[in-house]
Amino acid sequence: MSIKRADKKKEKKELIMQRALELFASKGFYSTTIPDIALSLKMSVGNIYNYFKSKDILAKEIIKYISIYLGNKLKDINEKDISTQEKTRQIVEVYFGVALLKPEMIDYFLRIYLSNREVFQDGCEGMICVNEFVTEIMIYFEEGVECGDLRDQDFFSAFGLFMGYLGGMVFLKGENILPKKLDEYVDDISINIYKALRT
Amino acid sequence: MLSKKLKILWLTAITCNGNTHSFLNYPHLDIFMDTFEFIYHPSIDSAYTLNDIINKEIACDILIIEGSISTEYIKADAPIVDIINKYASKVQKIVTVGTCASFGGMFRESDYKDTTGLHFDKERPTSLFEHIKEKTISLSGCPVHPDIIANTLYSIEKKRAIELDSLLRPKEFFAYTVHNGCTRNEYFEYKIDNHQFGKKEGCMFYDHGCHAPYTHGSCNKILWNEVNSKTRAGLSCMGCTEPTFPKGDFFHTKKNMGIPQYLPFGVAKRTYLTLAGITKAFHIKRLEEDLFDD
Repeated sequence: MSIKRADKKKEKKELIMQRALELFASKGFYSTTIPDIALSLKMSVGNIYNYFKSKDILAKEIIKYISIYLGNKLKDINEKDISTQEKTRQIVEVYFGVALLKPEMIDYFLRIYLSNREVFQDGCEGMICVNEFVTEIMIYFEEGVECGDLRDQDFFSAFGLFMGYLGGMVFLKGENILPKKLDEYVDDISINIYKALRT
Repeated sequence: MLSKKLKILWLTAITCNGNTHSFLNYPHLDIFMDTFEFIYHPSIDSAYTLNDIINKEIACDILIIEGSISTEYIKADAPIVDIINKYASKVQKIVTVGTCASFGGMFRESDYKDTTGLHFDKERPTSLFEHIKEKTISLSGCPVHPDIIANTLYSIEKKRAIELDSLLRPKEFFAYTVHNGCTRNEYFEYKIDNHQFGKKEGCMFYDHGCHAPYTHGSCNKILWNEVNSKTRAGLSCMGCTEPTFPKGDFFHTKKNMGIPQYLPFGVAKRTYLTLAGITKAFHIKRLEEDLFDD
């Protein structure tokens, strides 16, 4: 396959994932069918299957796509020569930024990936499909402890505090409960997280 | 008739004599002595006394140094530095045996002033013996394996080229990590921890302080007493061949939020965590069970 053709196929694949992601996040995984996705993209159902052999495979590819997208943003932050406190703020900012610009990504993670574990059992064991994102959070924690800014503790107790807090805020925003815009919470929330994790 | 055997001076500085003990366990010592003779060795019958070595001019081909060195350290009323210099100038090769003689090691912590190895203070090169550096081969280890001493001496005797690493150690023995050849490698690959010293199952890298993945040596290739190694027997590698030895807590893996601070040699943190994340997701029943029914 020529490079141009391969690029085109990759682009098309991403387009399908993006549209499927929006539909899964808004209508739910089981209420969305491959014909629904094909219809919204003006593609034939058969052609969709040329890219993804099943709806389950598409679902798994989407969570990897989100993980890589968020992981790359966090990697940029981790590689900056800034304090752990500033990294904390930037991670919160990026997460909320994605929740505002691409709310379907965070919704998919919270409402599809975490709520339909049976779909992800085979092929997404443990944290395999969110590996890129979790790896960057691990590096943020590890380097924070190594430089003496963060308190050493079990990874999951820190991970739960960080991600549970952010996920909770995005959920409240999705339910239209928050009185302020999500980005107005960045400073307070990043200070709260940093104070909870620091030495 | 003059003996054609290669003449060795085994000089001890600040040491526990552990490398001497190790060498005495060399299984082919009788054959070795057909090729080499000790003009002086603290534990093996030799032709001269230490006083002879210091006060007379005695022919010598190889100088072996065991133990850390300090300008303050005196041996038979002579500074160890002077004895080294006297013989270093005349021998073909100088061999430091053990981590103390090579990098300072355990006795770097002694009360003698500025105690170091012959050419290194841990990894930092020193200048006191710079003029003899090109003659030196470092055989680190606490102690060094007797085969490594004997085979290095045979290579010198056969005038074979010995390729060294940046710390003057023969690559033949130190290009590998101790992890290479460990019988627990499957457990390492699938991140299955050992929960009890002495058990045959599990890897000791995650919790029990095993330094093998970032320690250069042949312990799992050239077995101790020809049968075993620390890690095979169920004790973590303590990194005794490295200039950083002793690193402190031997039996506990230093971790930051559950992530080991020291990773396998040459493996980037992101690479390690990605692989670890994948393998940890799987449960392999065979590796989670005891190998033998008790």
